Amino acid sequence: MGRYVLRRLLQLIPVFLGTTFLIYALVWAIPQDPFAGKCGQRACDPTYIAQMSEKLNLNDPLVIQYFKYLGNLLTGDFGTTFNGVSVGEQIATSWPITLKMGIVALIIEAVIGIIAGVLTGLRKSGFLDNLVLVSTLFLISLPVFVTGFVLRLYLGPQGFDLMDTSVSSDPSIGELILPGFVLGSLSMAYVARLTRSSIVENRRSDYLRTAIAKGQPQSRVVGIHLLRNSLIPVITFLGTDLGSLLGGAIVTEGVFNINGIGGLIFRGISQKEGVMVTGIVTLLVLVYLLMSLLVDLLYAVLDPRIRYE
Amino acid sequence: MEFRTRDGVAKVLNGVNYHVSAGETLAVLGESGSGKSVTAQTIMGILDMPPAFITKGSIKFRGEDLLTQSAEARRQIRGEGIAMIFQDALSALNPVFTVGFQIEEQLKVRRGMSKADARKRAIELLDQVKIPNAKGRISDYPHQFSGGMRQRAMIAMSLALDPELLIADEPTTALDVTVQAQIMDLLAEIQKERDMGMILITHDLGVVADVADRISVMYAGRIVEHADVYELFRAPGHPYTESLLESLPRVDLRGQELKTIKGLPPSLTNIPPGCPFNPRCPRVFDRCVTEVPAVHDLGMGRTSRCHIAEEVVARG
Repeated sequence: MGRYVLRRLLQLIPVFLGTTFLIYALVWAIPQDPFAGKCGQRACDPTYIAQMSEKLNLNDPLVIQYFKYLGNLLTGDFGTTFNGVSVGEQIATSWPITLKMGIVALIIEAVIGIIAGVLTGLRKSGFLDNLVLVSTLFLISLPVFVTGFVLRLYLGPQGFDLMDTSVSSDPSIGELILPGFVLGSLSMAYVARLTRSSIVENRRSDYLRTAIAKGQPQSRVVGIHLLRNSLIPVITFLGTDLGSLLGGAIVTEGVFNINGIGGLIFRGISQKEGVMVTGIVTLLVLVYLLMSLLVDLLYAVLDPRIRYE
Repeated sequence: MEFRTRDGVAKVLNGVNYHVSAGETLAVLGESGSGKSVTAQTIMGILDMPPAFITKGSIKFRGEDLLTQSAEARRQIRGEGIAMIFQDALSALNPVFTVGFQIEEQLKVRRGMSKADARKRAIELLDQVKIPNAKGRISDYPHQFSGGMRQRAMIAMSLALDPELLIADEPTTALDVTVQAQIMDLLAEIQKERDMGMILITHDLGVVADVADRISVMYAGRIVEHADVYELFRAPGHPYTESLLESLPRVDLRGQELKTIKGLPPSLTNIPPGCPFNPRCPRVFDRCVTEVPAVHDLGMGRTSRCHIAEEVVARG
């Protein structure tokens, strides 16, 4: 196990280098003047261009630029935008908000998705089953921004006024429940369906029949024998999903005006702030890689038949 | 007992009647689909209802009819009164729990034993089924055991609550021949030690000859013959049993073509009128097609559902 973890961690290095280089190249190698439109209506002052080019190593070949950037990154320096704002500081403010929302979304999708999946899996066909099947299909087919705007409009003061849908600049968990629900809604539908089919499949298994034949109480047959096996694929899905949730937060943050990573990356792209985009995407890549490693390790813990040598 | 499915009602069991006493082994013999496992699962009460329906009949255990008892009372009997072991121990044991956990669970949940006591008792049980180094292996998962050892572990689990009756559903089918013999010996030994009743479900005549006291032969969901094991091998009382015995490979008849039973067992949704065996029976005559044979008492506890049972026995 220890050797496996080490090998996986070593594998992270080339993957990290490859993905970050791709991002860097995509952002900086585009055939366009990086200073276009940066200084209002006028062309930029040559001294400013020279200064920024020097700072961003724009005069070096792309590969050298990349390694210089990487060197700074490894010392914790994310660089500055064209306006001289520190990217590292911006990320430090926005990151916790997005992470908080991502975790809220993950918890909501796990709790609701698993409960719905278990209930319908245990009682195949019937009203509840149809209800969950139809509502998950509905959620899956709706784009997140539609779900977001509709919920915001109808639950908020302009609609039925059931709750305050605005989110402050430093949001509490309570404020993030609705955005978290919207962000996690698609995955929630998948979790419900995954759980349901996993329960249905395991319910017919021989070992469950054994547990019943042993005269174990129904609560243990379902709660221990059935769930323990059925949730293995669900938990691995949830693990990898955190990475996707953080990346997918752009739309939700836009709908709810949340000052998170998504907003930052969106502004970075529209204002052609290459340093900002590279920094955030690199961070997301890192989170994704670490989560998938965690999921692989978790998988071995959950299913003893999997052993890593 | 029937299954109501979309393809029609499958009359899975029809006139099945047998009994087992303490210390006795009854073998239930039959082809796949003859209803032997369903009978066992009906006794255990572990069939999904629906689609299964019990239309009439009774299952008496310790003198009480199980079918009239509450679900909770029946659950209490499972494991403690009647225990069951299954064919494929790899799929029948839960893959994500250790063998120790699955045995101790019975002791802790059903007997209220402490963790330490349950572990001690589980090791004793594994010792009893002759698993070498039981103490070291108790924390292993089912997939880390060999096929034979897995089946032993399942036997140990079934013995945890000292059942009075053990139903073994094809316990050796998934194992190779040498291991089969060891498991059958183990079962016979444990049964003798504990004076336990045993219902052995099998399609293997060799296994039956080894350990059974009495045999019930099933065909298309009914018992066609019931006899003492020696009597049955000496002179079968039903053409079906006769054909089964003839289809055993024999060393002294090597080189000759192996006799088989022609045709296939009937679909349970569509059992032929008269005797269900009539399309395949070598002794078939007109009455077999029209009239369901009654149970013929052949004496000494032998019965046969064949119009010409007496004649069949005499010829054997």
